[in-house]
Amino acid sequence: MAGLFAVGITAFVVLRWLMVPADFGVLGHYRAGALKDNMNRPLVFAGQAACVECHTDVAEVRAKGRHARVSCESCHGALAVHASNPDGVKPVRPDPRRTCIVCHTASISKPKSFPQIVPAEHAPEGSCAACHVVHNPKIS
Amino acid sequence: MDQDRRTFLGQTGKLLVLTASAAIAWEHVLAGRPEDAPNYRSTDHWWGMSIDIEKCIGCGTCVRACKTENDVLREEYMFRTWVERYVVDPADLDHPQVDSRNGGYDGFHEREVLDPNLKMFFVPKLCNHCTHSPCVQVCPVGATFESPDGVVLVDKSYCLGCRYCVQACPYGCRFIDPRTETVDKCTLCYHRITRGLTTACSETCPTGTRVLADLKDPKDPIHAFLRENMVQVLKPQMATGSRVFYNGLDGSVR
Repeated sequence: MAGLFAVGITAFVVLRWLMVPADFGVLGHYRAGALKDNMNRPLVFAGQAACVECHTDVAEVRAKGRHARVSCESCHGALAVHASNPDGVKPVRPDPRRTCIVCHTASISKPKSFPQIVPAEHAPEGSCAACHVVHNPKIS
Repeated sequence: MDQDRRTFLGQTGKLLVLTASAAIAWEHVLAGRPEDAPNYRSTDHWWGMSIDIEKCIGCGTCVRACKTENDVLREEYMFRTWVERYVVDPADLDHPQVDSRNGGYDGFHEREVLDPNLKMFFVPKLCNHCTHSPCVQVCPVGATFESPDGVVLVDKSYCLGCRYCVQACPYGCRFIDPRTETVDKCTLCYHRITRGLTTACSETCPTGTRVLADLKDPKDPIHAFLRENMVQVLKPQMATGSRVFYNGLDGSVR
């Protein structure tokens, strides 16, 4: 009987040692390596700092206007591929109407202070960029 | 050579220290992942987020950015973050109409003429990164955990897909990714914030509604946000220690 217990306990200890990862429990009741797994994923959005590094001219225009706090990738989309390979991957120019009305379409639910237009009534055929400077959206 | 024992030992010591640090740095350069270099200390941070409901326009840019950044399936009911529109009769706070078609991914378009006497606002939602997370407490294998810097993360290689945590989360922030049959949720863009960037949703939010917050950084604007606004968290009665702070949160929000 004692032998059976000894074998059982040994088997349990050996199996546990084999199956539980070495870094389990180092930081808490989880595998410490999971932190690194979560960190080491690729970026898709490059971040504002990466854009401004090269596009200083646009950043200057934008910083003076009401879009100063709108980050580049809000309208231009995720561009980490462009930031890491500026010549190889060229971004597509955003549509100068559809991009704007994503935010500026009038809605009764939006805060009243936010500038809104009814797209069907406000220059329905035109491009917004024909009248507005998109990076500094005043009437040009 | 007129070198005495003292200078010899001193110089050798310096050389050893320099070689050792150069070797550690070189190892990380060789690995090709400079972000692995030991310059991020998780104990220096305590992450959270501030959300200003009065600024949200319900454009859904955060929802789209999140799905792009984190490779979330573009399907209904699979969101790491989503936006809800509340339409509330001011006299009946207990029965708000909540509209979140496709999680706000396509923005909110008027389908009917709404009574201007009703109260309306948008509420962006995401994992609340609770200090006392119900989801972490129920995980039977230790596949979900609170990181030392206060982010609730999932170990995808360890998750069984048992769905206990999906049921335990009081905020409905978890879902099962059908590709891996493991749970998925907001990681507060852990791969971005540990590299000194902000989250994809905060990065792209055009009105500055959502701002990543580091509560351990004394210069972080979160401190002014908490001090100057009337701030609330979701479901405070659950005592989860939520770290997503809302300004202007109406009592009707569930």
